[in-house]
Parts: sequence; C-alpha cells; structure tokens
Amino acid sequence: MTAIAPEAAQSLAAAVAGRRKRTVATFSALSAACLLVVLLSIGTGAVKLSPAQVLDILLSASGGVSDPATAGHALVVVNIRLPRILVGLMVGAALAVSGALMQGLFRNPLADPGLVGVSAGAGLAAAATIVLGDRLLAAGALPTAALPGGAFAGGLAVTALLYGMATRQGRTSIAVMLLAGVAIGALAGSLMGLLSYISDDRQLRDVTFWMLGSLGGASWSKVTSLAPAVLPVLVAVPFLARGLNALVLGEAEAFHLGMPVQRLKRLCIVLVALAVGASVAVSGIIGFVGIVVPHVLRLALGADHRVLLPGSALLGGTLLVGADMLARTIVAPAELPIGILTSLLGAPFFLWLLLKRGGSFEA
Amino acid sequence: MMTDRFARRVRRLLAPLALLALAGAAAPGASALAQAPLPGAAATAGDRIVSVGGAVTEILYALGLERRIAGVDTTSLFPARALQDKPNVGYVRALSPEGVLSLRPSLVITSEAAGPPDAVKLIQEAGIRIARVPDEPTAEGVIRKIAEVGRLTGAEADAGRLAAAVDRRFAVLAKARASIDRPVKVLFVLALQNGRPLVGGAGTSADSIIRLAGGANAAGTIQGYKPMTDEAVIAAAPEIVVMMTRGDAAPKVEDVFATVGLAATPAGARRALVVMDGLYLLGFGPRTPDAARDLMKAFYPALDPPALPGPADGGARP
Repeated sequence: MTAIAPEAAQSLAAAVAGRRKRTVATFSALSAACLLVVLLSIGTGAVKLSPAQVLDILLSASGGVSDPATAGHALVVVNIRLPRILVGLMVGAALAVSGALMQGLFRNPLADPGLVGVSAGAGLAAAATIVLGDRLLAAGALPTAALPGGAFAGGLAVTALLYGMATRQGRTSIAVMLLAGVAIGALAGSLMGLLSYISDDRQLRDVTFWMLGSLGGASWSKVTSLAPAVLPVLVAVPFLARGLNALVLGEAEAFHLGMPVQRLKRLCIVLVALAVGASVAVSGIIGFVGIVVPHVLRLALGADHRVLLPGSALLGGTLLVGADMLARTIVAPAELPIGILTSLLGAPFFLWLLLKRGGSFEA
Repeated sequence: MMTDRFARRVRRLLAPLALLALAGAAAPGASALAQAPLPGAAATAGDRIVSVGGAVTEILYALGLERRIAGVDTTSLFPARALQDKPNVGYVRALSPEGVLSLRPSLVITSEAAGPPDAVKLIQEAGIRIARVPDEPTAEGVIRKIAEVGRLTGAEADAGRLAAAVDRRFAVLAKARASIDRPVKVLFVLALQNGRPLVGGAGTSADSIIRLAGGANAAGTIQGYKPMTDEAVIAAAPEIVVMMTRGDAAPKVEDVFATVGLAATPAGARRALVVMDGLYLLGFGPRTPDAARDLMKAFYPALDPPALPGPADGGARP
C-alpha cells in the first residue's frame, strides 16, 4: 500500500493544475500569434492593398469580379498570397512536427527531420534534375513537375534505403539508422559537389537558390499536392505522442509498457519521410525550423509529446509564414530566399534562449 | 506565481513573433508605383516593360524606351542609371511573382533564363506577356536580340537602324580579323580562387568575345567555366590574360601573376593583363563590337583596328 501524504498530494495536484493552465495559455497565445501572422500576411506584399480591399476580395472570391482592377488585385490575393500562406503553414508545421518526432524517436536533441535521409536524398535528386535534366531531354523541355517530383522521389528512396539497412529481423536499430544517415549524407554531399563541378553558371545558381529554400512558387496546385503528404502526420499526432512519451523511458521499457515499438518507429519514419519529402520538393531546403521550434516549445511546455507535437505544428507554421512575409517584402519587388531569414532571425534568438535558460536542457 | 512566470515565458516566446509581424507590416513595399490599381488582364499593349537581363535593358535604353521601363533585374548594370532609377526585381532565376506584378507591367522581356517556372506561370496567369529573347553569344545573336526587342516593343524601325549599325561594326571587325596572320593565345580568367584560376572554356561568352576580337582561346579544350590547375595553365601557354572588374575592384597585375601557373606563362613574362567591365565584355548587347575592338587593340597593338562606323549605342551612353 502506498500512502501519499496529504500535503504531497495537494502540491502534486497544484502542479498538475498549473501545468494544464500553462498549456492552455500557451496554446491560446500560439493560436493568436498564428492568426495574427496569417492576417498580416494576407494584407502585406509588394502590391499595396488596404485591409478593406483584401476583405472585399476574400468575401467576393466566390462571386466572381467584373471590374478589371479588382480582378488584378483578386489574383494577387487569391492566387499568390493565399496559396503561399497555406504552403507556408503546411511546410512549417511539417518541418517542426517532424523535428519533434525525430528528436523523440532518436532520443537525441540534435535530431532534425533531415536525419532519415530525406533532405540529403531530395537535395541530391533536385541538383541532379537541375544539372542533368537539360542534357537528358532536349533543352528547356523539362516539365515543371520534374524538379519537385524528382526531389520527392529522391527523398523517399534514400529513406527507404536507410530504413532497409537499419532493419534486421523486423527490428529497426535507431543507432544504425543514425550512423548510416550520416554516411549517406556525406555521400550525397560529395555527389552534389560533383554535380556542381560539371554544372554551368546558371545551373549552379539554380542549385544554390534551391538549397536556400523559397515559397516563391506556391500555387493552388502545390497546396493540393502538399496536403495529402503533410496532413497524415498531423492526424497521427495523438497516437505518436503516447508512443514517444513511453519511448523516453527506453525502447525495452516502452515495449514492456505495451507499446508497439516497431510499428511506432516505422510509422514515424514513413510519415516524416512523406511530409518532409513533399515539403522539400515544394519549397527547397529550409533549415532551422525543424530543429529549433521543438526546443523552444520544450522550454515553455516541457517534454510531453501530447502538447509538444501540436504546439510545434502551430509555431512552425507561424514562424515560416512570418519569415516568408519578410522574405517577400524587405527587398520588394525582388525577394530573399526564406532559408536565409529563418536561420538569420531564429539562430540568434535560440542562442539567447540557450544562454538564458541553458540549465533546462540538462535533465 | 506559476502563471506569473509563465506569462513572462509567453512574452519571451512571443516577442520575436511580434517583431516579425511588425517588421512585416512596416516593410517598405514596391515604392509609390504600387499605389495605383493593378490593370490586370486589361493592360494596353507595350505600355510598361519589366526588363530582365543586362543586354535586354541595354537595348531598351539604346532604343530610347527608357520611360517605358517599369523595372529591371540585378544584372542590368548598364547604363548605370538603370538600377538607380528603376525598381529592382531581383535575380533573373529567382523572380518574385507579386513583386513583378506590383510594378504593373504589361510586358516582361527576359533572357531565356527567366524563372522559377511557377513564378513565370503566375505572372502569365495575371495576363502579362512574358517574352523570352534568345541569348546567343555571337554577332548574329546580338542582331537577333535587337530585332526581337524591337518587334516586342513596337519599335521595329529604330531597332532595324540599331541592328544595321551594329551589324556594320561587326563587319568592320571581321575585316580587321582577316588581316591577322597568327591569332594570339588568350586565357579568360573569371576569378582567382586561392590563386587557382577559374577559366572560360569553349561554349562560354568569354570564348565568343575572344574569337570576335581575333584571339584564340587558350582554354578552348575545356567546356564551360572550370578551375584550371597550374600545370594545365602552363601547358595552355596563354600570351594574354583577360579578366573583368567586379564592381569597383579591378584585379591587379602583381596579384594575378603572383600565382605559380600564370607567372610561368608567356603572358606572365610580359605581364600582359587586360581588364574590362564584365557586362561590357560578356553581355553581348549593342556595345559588343566596341568591346571586341578594345580587346583586339589590346591583343594586337601593331594592327591598329579601324574605328567603328557611327554610334551603335543610340545615345545609351550616360
């Protein structure tokens, strides 16, 4: 029989209540921030529109517009800004949730979504498409879908290879996967070096710009091709969260708690590969979001994956839409690659957080 | 107390987000141009032009169409006032759809490279004509480029005159080239990275301009711009090294020939270095005959190539 002293029970209950309060407040704040950034984003851009004009366009979007000036504005809001914001939300959420999943699965704070080989594979495939595509087909005949399609396929292929190498007798060794991932990353890096050696000036700049990431090409067709890859991760979050919480104790312990550990691993890897592969294919490589967003939330909310994962989705989406808003306005009518901004703004903030609250990371 | 600490945490978390949002709202837009309503699909033909590509901008200015240019790209370095007077839409391969639309153009003239494809598609969907001008680094390519820009802007007559003038100047150059007995071996060095030259091989615009000037490309066996080892540089035995200025910084003779490879070439022995502005040298626009003649003069001081007839730049020179 375990008897809990009444004072202890009381303070435990208070702590639980406090944590819940904190969670609710954080989620309200995150949602508010997300909404604010989305609203600001719809209203901001190289084409100057007043909030009233934007509202008018959004309300009449279904009705069809006759006046050509308004039609021009409507095109900017409906076909450029809206899909861009949706792509930003999805890519940001996918990268941040995938980062949190990988950190939980690998039980390593340095894990990021690239760890399953998706980014390396996608990067290599994209560079190969840019550099070799023109030579294989008649010049300029490369279809628009070749680059994202190639990147997506390349990302999944490398993940499948890694998963196959790390899985023996139905058990996936996380350690083997991590090390093989590092080796494959090095291999992909050198092959990309080779590709950039044989590329011409223009191809080299294309590869560089792709590596820096951009939401510039966002369109409704990208929204619809991204959604089926990203939404499953978000839907699976509750199941994954319970599993990852158990996994914190160790693989064997989680297994004895009744967790289907192998299924959990496989599901995590497949979902992350799909979501990150599609994100990278649409927007290029956007660093920093996947590794840092989960850490920032851990500092605020603790390590419970049930709140960490949805929180990451919200903050990741918000951060990316906000950064994109800057990317497309500060040098308008040109735009900056977003990968530069996410790291430029995020890294110093994270360092500041670390210096201030570094103690929380040891434990 | 717990909530207190938490509130501080939230504030800390939100501070950068708020900054982001504020910065976004306060960021300057596309300038005052964007105040007027977008004409959308109902644009009148050829009214406002966004010019993407150094040579295209040069031709537009040479045709006296400066006032119709609504924006230029980062490579539009000549005339120098182009980038000072006109909004900059960024790099040709990384155009921003909304950025271009905010300039309310009715025509976007670009070199073949314009991209990314999705951005180009969005601009087209807005009812704006995007015309790609072929970008071939030859004399004929320059003539075609001028004619095409003239056709697109409805300035056929002026373009015809400009093309004819440029053509005459190329013809004078060709005649001068014919009198060269032994072409001098020229190495174009795009950059010296840690003393290792990045040279222009066959198929580059550097190769074309060297040949237009009556030289022989010492790196003609290489394809594209490639780094060259010291031994290969010595084996190529260039008699003259050509480089370009980057902004205001020009490479110095003592630095260039301080590298082991270049120092041991005939060019190194004579300290023969020719430095020219990058767009003038490699842009393949209306000024290309002048650039080729300047090069020829540097290659063959004794030849004294004849002066080229008439002004080819149509007053584009500031």
